[in-house]
Amino acid sequence: MAIFIIIWGFVGAIALGAQGEGLSLAAWRQLFVAGIAQGAMYGLLALGYSMVYGVLGFINFAHGEVFMVGAIVGFFAANTLFDAGLWESNFILSILIVLIVAMATSTFTAVLIEKIAYRPLRNAPRLIPLITSIGISFFIQNAVQLLVGPAVKTYPAPPTWLSNPIEFLGFRVPGTTVLVVVLALTSMTGLWLFVERSATGRAMRAVAEDKEIAALMGINVDRVIITTFAVGGAMAGVAGLMWAIMFRGVSFITGFLPGIKAFTAAVLGGIGNMAGAMFGGILLGLFEGLGPNVVLRGLAWQIPTALAIVLLVVGVVSILGGRALNRSGIVVLGAATVLMGLVGVSGFTIVIPGLSQLKDVVAFTALVLVLIFKPGGLFGERLSKEDRA
Amino acid sequence: MPVLEITNLRKNFGGVKALDGLDFHVDKGEIVSVIGPNGAGKTSFFNIITGYFSPDEGHILFNDVNIAGHQPHEITELGIARTFQNVRLFPNMTVLENVMVAQHCRTTTGIFGTLLNTPAFRREEREIEERAKEVLAFFGKRLRGYRWDQPAFVLSYANKRRLEIARAMATMPELILLDEPTAGMNPMETAELTDLIRQLRDDRGYTVILIEHEMRVVRDVSDRVVVLDHGVKIAEGDYKTVSHDPNVIEAYLGRPSEAHNA
Amino acid sequence: MTHTLEQIDAPASSTPSPVDWSKVQKWGVLGGLTMSFIAAIGMVTALDQRLIISPWLSLGFLTLLWTPVVFGIIAATEDAETPGVAGDRDVISGFVTGPLSGLFFAFFIVIIDAFDLTDIFRNLGPKLVELLTFGRGVGVAAALWIISCGLLGLLGGTLKIAPRKARSMIGAAAMSVVGVALLEIIVTDITQGLRIEFVADWIYALNGGLTPASALVIAAGSALFGLRSDGSTLAERRLERMNLDPEVRFRKNVVAAVLTILAVIFLPMILGGLTNDLLANVGLFILMGLGLNIVVGSAGLLDLGYVAFFAVGAYTTAVLTSPLSPFFTPGWTLNFFSLEGAAVITIVLIMAVIAGVLVGTPVIRLRGDYLAIVTLGFGEIIRILFLSDWLAPYFGGAQGITNVPSAGLGPVEIRGTSSQAMFYLIAAFVGAAIYVAWRLQASRTGRAWTALREDEDAAEAMGINTTAAKLTAFVIGAIFAGFAGMIFAVKVGSIFPSSFKLLLSIIILVIVIVGGMGSIPGVIIGAVVLIGILGGPTQQGLLQEFGQFKLLIYGALLVVMMLKRPEGLWPNVRRQRELHQDEMSQDAWLMEESSQDKDGDS
Repeated sequence: MAIFIIIWGFVGAIALGAQGEGLSLAAWRQLFVAGIAQGAMYGLLALGYSMVYGVLGFINFAHGEVFMVGAIVGFFAANTLFDAGLWESNFILSILIVLIVAMATSTFTAVLIEKIAYRPLRNAPRLIPLITSIGISFFIQNAVQLLVGPAVKTYPAPPTWLSNPIEFLGFRVPGTTVLVVVLALTSMTGLWLFVERSATGRAMRAVAEDKEIAALMGINVDRVIITTFAVGGAMAGVAGLMWAIMFRGVSFITGFLPGIKAFTAAVLGGIGNMAGAMFGGILLGLFEGLGPNVVLRGLAWQIPTALAIVLLVVGVVSILGGRALNRSGIVVLGAATVLMGLVGVSGFTIVIPGLSQLKDVVAFTALVLVLIFKPGGLFGERLSKEDRA
Repeated sequence: MPVLEITNLRKNFGGVKALDGLDFHVDKGEIVSVIGPNGAGKTSFFNIITGYFSPDEGHILFNDVNIAGHQPHEITELGIARTFQNVRLFPNMTVLENVMVAQHCRTTTGIFGTLLNTPAFRREEREIEERAKEVLAFFGKRLRGYRWDQPAFVLSYANKRRLEIARAMATMPELILLDEPTAGMNPMETAELTDLIRQLRDDRGYTVILIEHEMRVVRDVSDRVVVLDHGVKIAEGDYKTVSHDPNVIEAYLGRPSEAHNA
Repeated sequence: MTHTLEQIDAPASSTPSPVDWSKVQKWGVLGGLTMSFIAAIGMVTALDQRLIISPWLSLGFLTLLWTPVVFGIIAATEDAETPGVAGDRDVISGFVTGPLSGLFFAFFIVIIDAFDLTDIFRNLGPKLVELLTFGRGVGVAAALWIISCGLLGLLGGTLKIAPRKARSMIGAAAMSVVGVALLEIIVTDITQGLRIEFVADWIYALNGGLTPASALVIAAGSALFGLRSDGSTLAERRLERMNLDPEVRFRKNVVAAVLTILAVIFLPMILGGLTNDLLANVGLFILMGLGLNIVVGSAGLLDLGYVAFFAVGAYTTAVLTSPLSPFFTPGWTLNFFSLEGAAVITIVLIMAVIAGVLVGTPVIRLRGDYLAIVTLGFGEIIRILFLSDWLAPYFGGAQGITNVPSAGLGPVEIRGTSSQAMFYLIAAFVGAAIYVAWRLQASRTGRAWTALREDEDAAEAMGINTTAAKLTAFVIGAIFAGFAGMIFAVKVGSIFPSSFKLLLSIIILVIVIVGGMGSIPGVIIGAVVLIGILGGPTQQGLLQEFGQFKLLIYGALLVVMMLKRPEGLWPNVRRQRELHQDEMSQDAWLMEESSQDKDGDS
């Protein structure tokens, strides 16, 4: 069913575009690039969720708040730099300082949370740390709101030479987006090197496999877990800066939605699997950027009758053929095509006003669909025995 | 007449052939032991019969009904009960409650009866409790009296194993599968349990299949012994025959042996 | 505990263990940090208006003053790092921790006086400084704080070694003074209802809070009451209750139930409108809490999208009965004695069941945390859909649906604005819910739920259709929430999507957990304490001043409960066993030892 809607929308959007309604090619390109940038941010956040789930086996609800805290403290740093004039005179240095501040704050917060709330519950039944993390998320959100106020804090604007668009492979990309993607790539590479090559990284993977055996091998499990949280926190700090550059406004609720979406990305890529988390993030970012405008808008397209009949025929053939070959994928595609054909014949369209409101519905629907149908993710989970379903 | 008839059972776990064409049958009232070296596929065998996994190929006929691919609770309802290799009681429910809940598929009161406290509901609750006590009485002094209200996790290891069997009995099965019932017991407890297994058949009429490593138990209680190795049956017969079978000895010890005493 | 054998056998005061200075240091600093935090989030300024003992002690200051006491106690407590026996060591620990906190705090005051940090921290402005320095300048204030924190820390340390009786006396005195002060509204209401206003007039001072005289009397009275207690801890009494003869327990329960019913019937008549409204809200939360209790506590499914069912019930009712909705049929109101009313109720029931099945079926097979997130997703999807412009023609979008007519009982109208009527209506539903929940617990269904919560695979092996059982729990929870939504729509008269946020699901979860997962009285107590005192997401509690802080407190409560007492305040007996298995094993072992000779058992 979902596939049917997606195909319909996708094709419809293209057709509409061709007819002159819908989105222009330039608009598409912009959405695409924005999607990648946002996806990279989700990916960095997803890493934190993925790693913690891989090692400790529960969803760290508070990770979204770790991200938010970094962004907010970063704001104060940026503001101070701005007041001191440094923001404009030496932007590179300023951004570096803010980055360090954000990363440090997020890392510190993540490690603190682990020490206070999660370590004592190491052996409790799995629901309990989950509920605790919900409590912590709540607490931090509201503490920040009370401490610094509920108003949105807007970062000072990046200098004009950065926000101007850059021509790149036929894409006109704002410089800020480039910066964001560069940041993401650097962090990911650094992280990958760290986990795959260093001894600590090896230890982390060992602990994720089996805590007890790792301890028997002489690995200091506590220290490794702290490192896991620290690394996740650091990545969240980078993500916080990326958010600041892209959207400029942060407040105490900034962490909630991105947190959930990042978790979806983590599951999508296969929980516990770090490369998967990054891919999942980018995929989700793209889907979120293109999704509503692509899929939902395209549902308004009227499928011409001739095409509809062709689709019907193709679809039925696919279903029968798929059954014969015992390939369920083909059957599903065939069913989707048949549905499309039926829709075309009947002249049915869905016009959805107020598409942007439903952007979050897309994200949540993705979350629900992924978790229900493919909880193992696209690239396979990496969990210890006891955490598997 | 066969209560359970299995033909050509195959199961692959991601490249590992747990069962590779197993044929097996049990007649009514028999006590059959399934033995074999570790990794031979014995617990997978039980898991497939009871529905936790579906076989890749093969038939499992229970009283001429094919049960392959059914859900575990459906299979229990049809009349097959099992115990687990590592004790899986409901640790925080009392002894009595453990045995009461096992009668779930044999009782019918639903939400409405519960809410309206109908006479039928009350009657069934009483029956459930009485039946539970009756099953527990099978174990003599071990699981009676003040024990009924103790949470299961405080029981001694041997008592926990007995409770496992009591639970299996409470599902009112025809066939009971015991997975290493004497693991971890001392000789006195083992002897007591061996008698118990025999009583399960003699007094209560159950058909029993048991997986065991302790050969004394196998020798004392089995009508027939089936030996598995690498997912296939390599020998079958009474204990004496099987224990002298060179294939069996090789499977356990890894080389042909001139051992004359088993 | 890391006692050596010699230490256990040694007489009490032979080897006074040394003060653990690093611990004192740590807790001293943490105490100061906590006090600064409390000030920074604005609690002190916001709560200063509420007086406890007029004119000296305000609630704002109370929020600061408990810190050195508690931290003094913590610093003085033995734990794994500081084995030993109670003694002077504890008093000294407390005594030193206090001033350390005070020092830190004084330093804090100096800083916020010297620098203007209001750009970053909103609340650290001159008003706060004024308050904290008592208007007398920083130097004097610093000294005052250090000294008073020292004394309070000393109090903490002393309390630690005080005999149990003394502790209960002091505890009772403190709690009752604060309690009576804060519950001023209820006390005044009751005295008004009973026509003994003069009592209230005497107890309370003109601008709120107790008069010094009444504070003294109340403190003395409860201290005497504390004298009566045998000093047993709550845990010991709970254990006693568990092992009571079932006959005795039954009789006690009946008495408690009768008293509660009498209270429910007669209290609204003497309480004022505001309080009744508050109780009505509490009732709604109890209703939903009981539903979630079945889903989470009995079946072990963490449903974070629970608010969706509440929304379904409310919207269904509104859509069916409001003249402004496209599905309106004239004459359809929630009149319980009419055919149309019955139709409304039935349809709400059906919709709740459908929603429960739709949401429940796909998520049943998921593991714990995934289930939580997916249900969260569902909840949000439903809310956004209700909010969207796309479905606005049916559900009103952001404007919601208004003009929901009031309920009725035959010819008698149960107006949403009449808080008394609403209270009785809700109480009736709550009563029914309690009955249903209670009956389900000790039944075949309830046992099946417990079994599947303990070990799902083993439950399957016992013949329990786990999928069906989980779905049943889910649907029953949905029905409770659906009915709560129905009453909510009628009570408030108009519904907006903003009432159905994720926040609500989490608050209900907090109630269930703090009260006690799987325990019916626990949920009731949880709702009364949390919603009644602190307030719900949009409703005020008794302590209105806590309004902005209640979410913070909920979060903190959740964390603290999980760390210290995961079974809740009034736990289900079984749950408590679950979470304290080690202690229970020891008890059982002891019991066995003593009955060994009886049976010769193994």
